[in-house]
Amino acid sequence: MTETLHRDLGLTDGEHELIVSILGRLPNITELAMFSVMWSEHCSYKSSRALLSTLPTEGEGVLVGPGEGAGVIEVVPGAAVAWKIESHNHPSFVEPHNGAATGVGGIVRDITSMGARPIALLDSLRFGSAGGTRTAYLASGVVGGISSYGNAIGVPTVGGECIFEPSYENNPLVNVACLGMVETEIMRGRADNPGDLVILYGSATGRDGIGGASVLASAELGPDSSDKRPSVQVGDPLTEKLVIEASLELVAKSIISGLQDLGAGGICCPASEMAAKSGTGIRIDLEAIHLREADMAPFEIMISESQERMLAVVSPERAPEVLEVCRTWELEARVVGEVTDSGLVEVVVSGEIAASVPAAALASEVPLLKRETGRPEWLDDLRAAPNGDDPHSDLGACLLALLASPGEASARWIWEQYDHMILLGTVLGPGGDAAVIRLPGSAAAVALSLDGPGRLCHLDPYEGARLAVAEAARNVACTGARPAAVTNCLNFGNPEKPEVMWSFQEALRGIADSCSALGLPVTGGNVSFYNETLGRAVHPTPVIGMLGVLEDATAAVGVAFRAGGDVLALLGLTDPDDFGGGAYAAVINGALGGSPPHLDLEREGALHRLLAQAAAQRLLSSAHDLSGGGLAVALAESALAGGLGFRLTAAEPVVERHRWLFSESPSRALVSLAPENLDRLRAAAAALGVPMTPLGEVGGDTLDCGGFEVALAEAAAAHATHPFGPPTAF
Amino acid sequence: MVVFPGTNCERDCALVLERLGAGVELLWHTESDLHGADIVVLPGGFAHGDYLRTGAIARFSPVMDAVTTHARSGGLVIGICNGFQVLCEAGLLPGALRKNRGLSFLCRWIEVRVCNYGTPFTGRAEQGQTLRLPINHFEGGYYCDESTLAELQENGQVTLRYEDNPNGSLEDIAGITNAAGNVLGLMPHPERACEALLGSEDGVVLLASMIDSALQAA
Repeated sequence: MTETLHRDLGLTDGEHELIVSILGRLPNITELAMFSVMWSEHCSYKSSRALLSTLPTEGEGVLVGPGEGAGVIEVVPGAAVAWKIESHNHPSFVEPHNGAATGVGGIVRDITSMGARPIALLDSLRFGSAGGTRTAYLASGVVGGISSYGNAIGVPTVGGECIFEPSYENNPLVNVACLGMVETEIMRGRADNPGDLVILYGSATGRDGIGGASVLASAELGPDSSDKRPSVQVGDPLTEKLVIEASLELVAKSIISGLQDLGAGGICCPASEMAAKSGTGIRIDLEAIHLREADMAPFEIMISESQERMLAVVSPERAPEVLEVCRTWELEARVVGEVTDSGLVEVVVSGEIAASVPAAALASEVPLLKRETGRPEWLDDLRAAPNGDDPHSDLGACLLALLASPGEASARWIWEQYDHMILLGTVLGPGGDAAVIRLPGSAAAVALSLDGPGRLCHLDPYEGARLAVAEAARNVACTGARPAAVTNCLNFGNPEKPEVMWSFQEALRGIADSCSALGLPVTGGNVSFYNETLGRAVHPTPVIGMLGVLEDATAAVGVAFRAGGDVLALLGLTDPDDFGGGAYAAVINGALGGSPPHLDLEREGALHRLLAQAAAQRLLSSAHDLSGGGLAVALAESALAGGLGFRLTAAEPVVERHRWLFSESPSRALVSLAPENLDRLRAAAAALGVPMTPLGEVGGDTLDCGGFEVALAEAAAAHATHPFGPPTAF
Repeated sequence: MVVFPGTNCERDCALVLERLGAGVELLWHTESDLHGADIVVLPGGFAHGDYLRTGAIARFSPVMDAVTTHARSGGLVIGICNGFQVLCEAGLLPGALRKNRGLSFLCRWIEVRVCNYGTPFTGRAEQGQTLRLPINHFEGGYYCDESTLAELQENGQVTLRYEDNPNGSLEDIAGITNAAGNVLGLMPHPERACEALLGSEDGVVLLASMIDSALQAA
């Protein structure tokens, strides 16, 4: 072995020295490979763990917090759901179709490992500018990969977001969130009892995905990134579907005592984590593992990231039942090891110990890093730059341009490629503020939304992250749901750079402050560093996955206008200067500068309570969050969704008209309601201290904004603009 | 209800059919006996992963012999989406399903017109009634040769037609029966349209008609 092998595997000299002192000897190649994946940034969270501990994690209904496969929340008595988001950014850049597909597969197994049936998927996607040379290739590949995998495993993809922004040109973001319903009991990744057997089931183990966690996910990409294609796994959704069914049957029949999926780090990860959590050891016999190809080296078998595999722990008496369940689902399953009391992960080849490492050292003794932080020097100039609030002579043209822009145009071309209806729970599907999914066997529903405002975080990571939480919560609140729990996916650049680490620290502070103020526990998530290519980092992009609770699914409110004659009202206050980082600034004035909109979390929380109350009392016909493009775009979207125009009759605002229409002040919602409900809404708003402004009424086939008009058909055509060219006929 | 590895609409179909009064038993594809079923349902999904070609492997599953015998002796069979594709591959329905004209997967609400209200699956429909149902497929473009098409039209086997053809299907065909009328294949998912909260109750027309027919025959 060469002296620098550890460096090729992504370990520093200091980490190598520590490994030598833990083992009391030099590690062999298998042991070094095991450390390299388990101590990688991706698996160990060594740069972020200390900061992550500052997030609030406790709250009403939280049954399982961070640290397991997924957080578990009891949403109504007797109904618990698992909720988690993960990134698959680098694999999706290197090989978009399979990178995205296996991203879906990974999060679905995380949810399944908790004993929960996956019932909804959402995707947060970011690509470079729509006209970029590789954008169409990457976006089509990613969407196709999600479609082919998610559809085949029979889990509806019900929502998400897709953003085009130059900052993601060479480093797209593919974050996938999954919701699961706990069917019988919550399962955990444990190996409590020495003597229990360890069973590996699912796909065969091959050379695909070797070093995915360390080589791909924990380093910057460069011009030779396509050489890393063999590190991307290839998915098999048919096997995944069978793995889901077999796993849920094992849990339902209480056969197994521990379960964890194999993802980043291969079998090494669940073996060391389960043993470390339980204070036991696990011995793996490599010759028992069924392989896809012959002559794999022990280190390859240990860290292979072949997909669709699970590791179960079971008593020797009940092991045959596991094998039988897997056989009925036509899955390969083999006893590959046993739980010991040694505290070690031991790897056996031909009866000899080929590797022996303390499980705790692998799973939790990585030296945590206190990374240097530094506020970027360029930030002051950016904040002093114009915020893009210049007026424009033709506001109708502005509205059409915004509706047609890649960031605001309809994502129908994406979500129509996803089965968003299977499992008969989709009360509100893609295209609105949040998806509303009725829980199987229950009258209750959850509302789900993903939000990650990269431009705002670029201007100010603290305020941007606060706004991200507020907007995600507002999205679910608009459906009538009570925001209840957060999962997050934190996409940042290279943490070795002080300015990246500063933005990460600021964003975490923002998430923590918003979550604390709104009473939202963070139940888990994922950190994705090294999102840079050729030395340029993506915008700091914390994606917030919000889960809200609706006790009665039939009370859900959508964004679409429902009836001519309904009255329009704006809830919340408009600050005429909230343009920094917004869509009007970017699309109309090509500007990204200034400060993000100002957020008052007390007002935000009051709005959420009002929306929930109004929905429960059936006062509203529609509700829509105001975000990109402000009031004008929200009005147009509600009109287009309902096929009904509107007429604004509110008194001429004192500020310039474009400020009133396009400002992106947070804590606002557009509602429509039957005229007879207006007094009740006004009273409820007054009681909660939420300002309410009547705007006009629904009806007709024009978007009549007072000073100007746009035909509904013209707006529809603009909104249907495909980011990569003229809309296709289908 | 036949379940192949990769079938994924069986739970939805079972839930809805039970709500409509039918007793449902799931039958794994390796079974060779239908347990005395009155209706055989081939639900949607990706039988055998849709590998090779949709339905191409499923037709060789052991259960298909029993399904064929059931169909040939006049028993009711409905194939929804992937089930339709399997029925075509198995030769129980003529023609084939090709990739959508737009070359991408398509999940959306569409309207179909009932073209033959005399089948065992359309008894509750009114002549010319349109139904709002979801489609959810990549390979949904119906195709057959000219003589087969002429036969289909002559015999009234075209049961459902798209109002606004979403996938390039020949003659807007969304569903057909066999010549005897006891086997229906359709691309839209009626089970997803049996509840107003989810967007439509029109699917009940087809599924309840089918149950009516089975009760009459029994």
